[in-house]
Amino acid sequence: MKRRGRLIFFLLSAAAFAGVYLWGLRGLPAVGHYRGPYGDVLNRVATYERHVTDIVTAVNFDYRGFDTLGEEFILFMSVIGGSVLLRRQREEEKGEHRDDNLADESPERQAPQPSDAVRVLTLGLVGPLVVFGLYIVAHGQLTPGGGFQGGVILATAPLLVYLAGDLKKFKQITSHTLVEVGEAVGAGGYLGIGLAGLIMGGAYLRNVAALGQTGNINSGGTIALINLATGLEVAAGFVLLLYAFLEQTLEIRLRGEK
Amino acid sequence: MLFLQFTILSFVVVTATAVVLTRDPAKQAIGISFYGLVMALMFFIFQAPDVALSQIVIGAVALPLMILLALTKIRHHEEEQRTRHKNEKEAA
Repeated sequence: MKRRGRLIFFLLSAAAFAGVYLWGLRGLPAVGHYRGPYGDVLNRVATYERHVTDIVTAVNFDYRGFDTLGEEFILFMSVIGGSVLLRRQREEEKGEHRDDNLADESPERQAPQPSDAVRVLTLGLVGPLVVFGLYIVAHGQLTPGGGFQGGVILATAPLLVYLAGDLKKFKQITSHTLVEVGEAVGAGGYLGIGLAGLIMGGAYLRNVAALGQTGNINSGGTIALINLATGLEVAAGFVLLLYAFLEQTLEIRLRGEK
Repeated sequence: MLFLQFTILSFVVVTATAVVLTRDPAKQAIGISFYGLVMALMFFIFQAPDVALSQIVIGAVALPLMILLALTKIRHHEEEQRTRHKNEKEAA
């Protein structure tokens, strides 16, 4: 297609899109004027029914817990997919023509050592970051946050170790068997907690644990438990992905250090 | 409040356009990190702190990081193929 033809085609479709878009915008409720009944109903009853103060977490892990189970397994599958795809490449690299590349110790292959300021700052941040991540996971049912958010925060802690240039420690943390176990236990834990509802004679994912007192860290029944399982799964999943991506670079750099 | 909302929405528009208009993928990854940060602020201002918390880590750290790592992988692969071609030519 010629440039002119493409331009005409673009202008026509842009005009059509703008028309439909503006037409759709006219039908929207005004900002801050929520129409649906569910949000209002849940805001009213969730604290009473589930003893939690963060309604979003109650919705995620209880009222629509089955959807979140699906979401969690999307992450689980993408982590597996990423690791499998990159692993195939890894095995290829063990072939003959790859070794000279790995042994390449030319200066541009080596990352510069981070300065002392960067090392102190990043290593000093690891501790607070882990505590903060754990806090976000554990208080999911009380304050904004939860398993997903806290899990990702936890997974950035090994990244800080990597940024500090401590490659051996980074490898020790990320390639640990516990990470894989954590990933599996987290994903399976969610499923298992759901099954408890069936065993107790209710529906799948029914909130069967003791609800506790509103505002306490152990309140919310299965919401708190699923929160912890999700936190473990998400943190381990992201660490696994990080390792899958960085493994090759890591090998090269560790050889360069020797 | 309305002023804040308007400001942050225009920031979103500006950063999103900037990301689309950037042609170099490596620079785009930096741009999308900034865009992720602005999106997190937007969610926060529109009173969705849960989403903001996920967005700030995923959008500003994890997504750009994955893009950068994937880019490095691709570059490694291309380099390797180039050297292999050269070696084959020399052998022939």
